[in-house]
Amino acid sequence: MSTLLDLFKTMEYGPAPESPAAANAWLDDHGRKFGLFINNEWVTPKGAKYYPSYDPSNGNLLAETVQAGKKEVDDAVAAARAAFATWSKTPGVVRARYMYAIARNIQKHHRLLAVLESMDNGKPIRESRDIDVPLLARHFYYYAGWAQLMETELRDYQPVGVVGQIIPWNFPLLMLAWKIAPAIAMGNTVVLKPASYTRLSALLFAEIVAEAGLPPGVINIITGSSGAGSMIVTHPDVDKIAFTGSTDVGRTLRHQTAGSGKKLSLELGGKSPFVVFEDADLDGAIEGVVDAIWFNQGQVCCAGSRLIVQENVADKFIRKLKARMEHMRVGDPLDKSIDMGAIVDKTQWETVDHWVKRGISEGGECYQPNIKMPEKGLFYKPTLITGLDPAASTVQEEIFGPVLVSLTFRTPEEAIALANNTRYGLAASVWSDNINLALDVASKIKAGSLWVNCTNLFDGASGFGGYRESGFGREGGREGLFEYIRPKWMDRPRPDLTSLGLDPATNEPAQPLTWGEHIPARPAPPTTARANGVDHLPRIDRTPKMYIGGKQVRPDGHYTLTVLGADGTIIGQVGDGNRKDIRDAVEAAHAVIEAKQGWAMRHGYNRSQILYFIAENLDARNAEFVKRIVEMTGRTQKSAQAEVDAAVERLFTYAAWADKYGGTVQETTLRGITVAVNEPVGVIGIACPDEVPLLGFISLMAPAIARGNTVVMIPSQKHPLSATDFYQVLDTSDVPGGVVNIVTGDRDHLTKTLVQHEDVDAVWYFGSAEGSYWVEYESAANMKRTWVNYGLPRDWMDREQGEGHEFLHEATQVKNIWVPTGE
Amino acid sequence: MTSNHNRNPGVPLDLDWVMGAHVNKSAVERRVETLPKRRTVKKEWQAAWLLRAVTCIDLTTLSGDDTPGRVKRLCAKAKYPIRPDMLERLGLDGERITVGAVCVYPNRVHDAVEALRGSDIPVASVATGFPAGQTPLSQRIQEIEQAIESGAREVDVVISRYHVLTGDWKSLYDELKQFREACGDAHMKTILATGDLGTLKQVYQASLVAMMAGSDFIKTSTGKESVNATLEVSLVMTRAIREYLERFGYKIGFKPAGGISSAKQAMNWQFLMKEELGDEWMMPNLFRFGASSLLTDLERQLYHYLTGHYAAKHHMPMG
Repeated sequence: MSTLLDLFKTMEYGPAPESPAAANAWLDDHGRKFGLFINNEWVTPKGAKYYPSYDPSNGNLLAETVQAGKKEVDDAVAAARAAFATWSKTPGVVRARYMYAIARNIQKHHRLLAVLESMDNGKPIRESRDIDVPLLARHFYYYAGWAQLMETELRDYQPVGVVGQIIPWNFPLLMLAWKIAPAIAMGNTVVLKPASYTRLSALLFAEIVAEAGLPPGVINIITGSSGAGSMIVTHPDVDKIAFTGSTDVGRTLRHQTAGSGKKLSLELGGKSPFVVFEDADLDGAIEGVVDAIWFNQGQVCCAGSRLIVQENVADKFIRKLKARMEHMRVGDPLDKSIDMGAIVDKTQWETVDHWVKRGISEGGECYQPNIKMPEKGLFYKPTLITGLDPAASTVQEEIFGPVLVSLTFRTPEEAIALANNTRYGLAASVWSDNINLALDVASKIKAGSLWVNCTNLFDGASGFGGYRESGFGREGGREGLFEYIRPKWMDRPRPDLTSLGLDPATNEPAQPLTWGEHIPARPAPPTTARANGVDHLPRIDRTPKMYIGGKQVRPDGHYTLTVLGADGTIIGQVGDGNRKDIRDAVEAAHAVIEAKQGWAMRHGYNRSQILYFIAENLDARNAEFVKRIVEMTGRTQKSAQAEVDAAVERLFTYAAWADKYGGTVQETTLRGITVAVNEPVGVIGIACPDEVPLLGFISLMAPAIARGNTVVMIPSQKHPLSATDFYQVLDTSDVPGGVVNIVTGDRDHLTKTLVQHEDVDAVWYFGSAEGSYWVEYESAANMKRTWVNYGLPRDWMDREQGEGHEFLHEATQVKNIWVPTGE
Repeated sequence: MTSNHNRNPGVPLDLDWVMGAHVNKSAVERRVETLPKRRTVKKEWQAAWLLRAVTCIDLTTLSGDDTPGRVKRLCAKAKYPIRPDMLERLGLDGERITVGAVCVYPNRVHDAVEALRGSDIPVASVATGFPAGQTPLSQRIQEIEQAIESGAREVDVVISRYHVLTGDWKSLYDELKQFREACGDAHMKTILATGDLGTLKQVYQASLVAMMAGSDFIKTSTGKESVNATLEVSLVMTRAIREYLERFGYKIGFKPAGGISSAKQAMNWQFLMKEELGDEWMMPNLFRFGASSLLTDLERQLYHYLTGHYAAKHHMPMG
């Protein structure tokens, strides 16, 4: 017993293992071989190929799972499709009961889920037990509530259909919850593919679901390679894809779903800033750093991996941080007394190590604490790299491991600039005891989750998702529902893309991109010439121009597009815009955002006043606009009059919405406030439909600018003159220059430049099916949000189709700001 | 109290430091909420920690009905906190395992000193108008002197809460300087009575001032406030200790007091000390529990370690 005496003197920690007995027994129950979960049954395909799952902390083989092939994916989709017929008709209150039963059953099997998760993934049992699994249950409870309320609160919506969901290995259960819970709550059915490294907890979850009595086919779990993932994504009978993972794979998925009419939500990478001001509780912020970058071994998409500290406290902060790192304990994931477990896989371990070496070669100073490490297993020390500049790739790129890089700043403005100096925008953490400063900075950092004096907080009631290349769509909260519903009037678009000759397996076109190529316009043939001056004085030539930055400008290329009326005669000419006109328009649109009293910073009241003023001035020229529509389209006076009246009314609608869509207070578990702010998306490029040349233009411009965006409008190519007439209305309505920019010309040619422009935040396209394909495809370059019509018309005169929440949703992105309170 | 470090002589009052303090409550709460879930000790490690906790107890009786007999019984338990048969089975019968000190009212110091004679266990006396501190300053100082005359080697002084609540740091500092002077060689443990203070920031600020004025220990509570030792205030106070060490190189002890009655709770404080300050602060010269019933629970848990059976309270000798 002398060891007891030694321990009494040294006061060391000892091993404190959680028992893996139940998890091992469960694996043994299955002979350590798992089939696919389809229709609430284990399905083992004939001659199935298997894939091993290892415990990364010791390399032991845990079990083998099937590599699904095309037939299995088809079977799972068919099962989900069959179940959709009844599940989508099952009343919400009944779906709520099923989900409640699932949530309860998760809690009943809490510890087994946690232990298996830690064995398979390598994360500390404390985290799986105290964070992952409780949040898993919380998500099902939260969305059981929305199932209950769907018929009353979302009466204009319907489920999307069969949803394919692909999740990553860092939070296998939590990501599964984020995907499945909102989907089935809204009446969709699911085919989910867990990540290859971490397939086991999803399979245990499947049994828990079956035990809870969920009808067969509502949730199907398919294990397989990325090839199986692609089969799900390109499957014609899948209506929506939800993905969490790397930005590179996200781009591929954007390509694979382009033009198909499938909804897509992507939650991608990040390099989230962790900003510490001099007036922060520095000791508190140190613990924040620990939770930010050493949670889950740093394998967290929203990890606070870029420390940005005010220069005058930086030395002290780094000293404290290094001291704190000496207290980190790394070891067996099932040990209840460790802070960090194992990296999920050897490949990932090598990636992390590669980045650390790169950081050193880029001039960084690497600090790792002198702590005891396990002799084997995929463990990595908590790592801090100081002395790097933003130019270093280690500062820009996501490492996805326990590696923190640090920078310093001098002023709040510089802190914001550094925080935003990234292609990503998933999350940020801001530390200051000055509420004025903290909230101001929180409002200016471009990210989906903003944690003030806290970090890595999650809850079912709050949406999570990115700005910029961190993806689009939200998971959690009411905003998370919109990924899984469609307006009742709208069917799943199934555009005809045969002309593109797409490869069904990849969705890649037979020919490289030629869409949007354009030879500048020439004069119209003499047969169409306008009767001008035959029996009266010739008209005074009127030359509509581009409208950029509040000024009428000539087209850069000095080419002109002739506009024909319905009777085939020439009724006008507009500039034939080119790449440079788009470039200039985008710069003007940015300038007015970044201006001191930028458009987005104006209050809703001011924006609504301007929209009312536009309506007033449009109405004053009512007759002129009616005449123009008749002239261009050949429609009746009455029809044209109705369009102009509707356009005026629509401006009123969005004047109304300008100060009524700011966001909500989220009822999370945080003591304090969690606010969901509907922020503008930024610069939106909008290609307008031909159907209703004025109303289409107004219906898209108005919601965008009402919510603080600035726009580059491409008017109807066929009937552009309503739009060019309209800039005179803008000129007289106090609209700041640059808020609305109008570039006329070849719609697809101009759209292509917009969608390829990496400083455009979203593109809305109302044109052809082919154009919709290319807009979605090309948007992957900077992961901009897109909204396209797949070549399908909508009834713009109908208020249900032509205005409302769908438009506001597209015009905003949700930022959740978490502010704990208490002194 | 044996001391292996330089005693804190106090430093000039640095008001800028006091006024510039930042303590974020929700961040403190999160740390405190997760810390006990991040750490645990099992088996012989747990036994060693429990035993170590025993040695850090200021075994306390502070009641109106304390008598010489009651104090004598307490002191007997202080000398033999663990049943001899258990110590033997733990293989520690050769070790001198006692509590850290016995803590009583000034009137009972003499009884305790007599009862502990030959044991080297120090007697701590509360003083300075304990628990409220609302008596004239001269009397409070006199109380310290009398306690020391009676044989107290440690003095647990209470601060004037109103100095903290009104932000009169200078008066708090001056008062504590006088207490410290009166303590002489006896160690001064300064009770902040955190349950009476308004905010965690005030707890931090009062900790700094108490250390600047020369405290050897800072202590959370008298045990008489409505809220006594919590992990939140303890975290804030340990961080102040860390900051003081970093600036001046003096190690200040910490004593949570009031409401700590279970082994599980005691271990949470041990985790806090080890994580925030380091192993030295798990030892009795820098760490004490102000407690009375805690000892019995520690003893019961040790019994469980030895036998695998849950112990009955009445099988452990009373203190």
